[in-house]
Amino acid sequence: MNTTPPLPDHRALRFLTAGSVDDGKSTLIGRLLYDSRAILADQLDTLERKAAGAPIDLSLLTDGLEAEREQGITIDVAYRYFATKARKFIIADAPGHEQYTRNMVTAAAGSDAAVVLVDITKLDTSARPVSLLPQTRRHALLAHLLRVPSIVFAVNKLDAVGHPGRAYAAVRDALLGFAQAAGIRVAGIVPVSALRGDNVTQPMATDWYDGPSLLQLLERLPTAQERKDGALLVPVQYVAREGEGTGKQPRTLWGRIAHGRVKAGDAVQLFPSGELASVAEVRRAGAVVAFAEAGQSAGLVLDRQIDVSRGDWIASPRTIRPVQRFSATLAWLDTEPAVVGRKYWVRHGNRWVQARISAIDHRLDIHTLEETDAHELAVNDIGHVTIEVQQPLPVESYETNRVGGALIVVDPASNRTSGALLVRAAA
Amino acid sequence: MNARLSIDQLLPELDHTHLDWLEEEAIFILRETAAAFERPALLFSGGKDSCVVLRLAEKAFKSRQADGSYKGRLPFPLLHVDTGHNFPEVIEFRDRRVAEMGERLVVGHLEDSIRRGTVRLAHPLESRNGHQTVTLLEAIEEHRFDVLLGGARRDEEKARAKERIFSHRDSFGQWQPKEQRPELWTLFNTRIRPGEHMRAFPISNWTELDVWLYIARENIPLPDLYYAHDRQVMRRKGLLVPLTEVTPPEAGETVETAQVRFRTVGDMTCTCPVESDAATAADIVAETLKATVSERGATRMDDRTSDASMERRKKEGYF
Repeated sequence: MNTTPPLPDHRALRFLTAGSVDDGKSTLIGRLLYDSRAILADQLDTLERKAAGAPIDLSLLTDGLEAEREQGITIDVAYRYFATKARKFIIADAPGHEQYTRNMVTAAAGSDAAVVLVDITKLDTSARPVSLLPQTRRHALLAHLLRVPSIVFAVNKLDAVGHPGRAYAAVRDALLGFAQAAGIRVAGIVPVSALRGDNVTQPMATDWYDGPSLLQLLERLPTAQERKDGALLVPVQYVAREGEGTGKQPRTLWGRIAHGRVKAGDAVQLFPSGELASVAEVRRAGAVVAFAEAGQSAGLVLDRQIDVSRGDWIASPRTIRPVQRFSATLAWLDTEPAVVGRKYWVRHGNRWVQARISAIDHRLDIHTLEETDAHELAVNDIGHVTIEVQQPLPVESYETNRVGGALIVVDPASNRTSGALLVRAAA
Repeated sequence: MNARLSIDQLLPELDHTHLDWLEEEAIFILRETAAAFERPALLFSGGKDSCVVLRLAEKAFKSRQADGSYKGRLPFPLLHVDTGHNFPEVIEFRDRRVAEMGERLVVGHLEDSIRRGTVRLAHPLESRNGHQTVTLLEAIEEHRFDVLLGGARRDEEKARAKERIFSHRDSFGQWQPKEQRPELWTLFNTRIRPGEHMRAFPISNWTELDVWLYIARENIPLPDLYYAHDRQVMRRKGLLVPLTEVTPPEAGETVETAQVRFRTVGDMTCTCPVESDAATAADIVAETLKATVSERGATRMDDRTSDASMERRKKEGYF
């Protein structure tokens, strides 16, 4: 419980916050910003004017758009920033109403951690075990499905219950039981009162909790990283044309390394051409370097001229296994339902290809992740599907690599981003 | 007075690896833009955020020389909308930098839109800030730009906090916040129809403090008015209004000389300086760490009209 890694990771931590409208999520974010002094005097003035003498409402800080204020709900993922002396933080704030899956998926893709709000006043804490709310299970399961590395539960509104220590312990046991059954590794279960500020930034003085405050825990969480050992995989993003035609300067192939590392002298194979070459030079932002590794953008100069374009892949020889059919988890984000057999655009790495859903195998119950029979997927549905692509793609399972295993689905008529695909296995 | 501070003294516990990460992300977005679109342009006003984006573009597309300069050419032109009410020293800086770097600059003049009749001012001294949108969209149409790189940041304002890194504009140049495409991982959906365009924001995830830390670390040249200098100003509604030919004193106001710097630089009619003795980027970092008023709140008259004024302008096609 509340384990902390030995070495602090100073890179910015991107975390999403998930909770329903009245779980106190906006207040918690407002509290983090307020206590870390990310809110400034003029923004506070606006809040004080609105409060007209009553205590200020920190939740108003995160209501962004005029359209949202009219409706009193948040309609889109908002990004917030704050920093402590130890770390910079980026909050992807996912609203919790009916568009939850779409927003949660958007916020979770690329996040290092998820903070799931649990409103303790909505639970019967005298029951054993305490029965969790469906949204708590849903938020945690979605974050788990999208491979968010650290999942933290913030048990909120401890100020509003009679015996906070006993209530917290009961909820903690229920969360641990649920997480264990679902295979979710929990990074922490932190009691807080966002309203009063208890245990949000400063640890609480109490005899029933001696763990870190929420902020202390967030300061120590690791960032998501892909493996740096093993085979190299680089999607070609941009082919630098400078010096082209002069015969002097060879072209530089730029791309962010999906996994592995690369140095001059390494043998590589290109996809789809299959050509072999050796790396003559590795560049980073305008300068030659000894090596580059997963997560970094690198510019590779090859020892011979090969026709390479954006969308191609550079990999260790004989490691690429392109497929034309694969099974995937599909999160559908568009109000028009997914249509089996219809052609869509998909983007994998930097390549766009045509694809179709050849079968919808199951729909997942997002409260349990149980499979149910289904023939269509509507907005906010998640299912298991079989995908057929017009050209073979070097997909990998999302579980092993987020770059090789993720695709977006775009509706060719509207150009809307209609779905997110997480590769399960080659079919 | 101004003891010269180094960044390490200011933030000893933060090791600035977060700046490397932000730089990495921004360069990735710049290359994505150059690769995925036919006719990009980079918005360059001489303002500090656009100076940062320009340096990131040099890193993304040029090679660094031993003397610290960058060799090569950007794969897109620079674009500026000149309201005719820009600070002369900023225009001078813009032209000097463009000449030094050997880049191509396209300027859209608001005066031309007035002459064409597409912009009509209510009165001669009306703020031209909102009208820039017309000239910007005219420049996009004339040069058939399909994506504009901009220096907007999500921490600036609540409407921007929800904007995508690649943000779609319809054929009228309008932003539709409710129709935004979900942005997943770094699999950007850059597909557009003819006549539509995108805005791409490489420094979306930077804060004002990050920008100043980076300017200090990379020695990025900026117009002098970003640093402390003496200027004639009037005190109006809690703001310092600079005395210029388009912002004369109002009845009953007295003109005084104050030591000031600008935190943002835009149209002269709506950009105000703050009192400061910060003479270097590191001094500004120190001041920013202590700041109690947000960047736009302290400096922009146009954002004060309503809580939602940025959202309204953005919907109409503003930067």
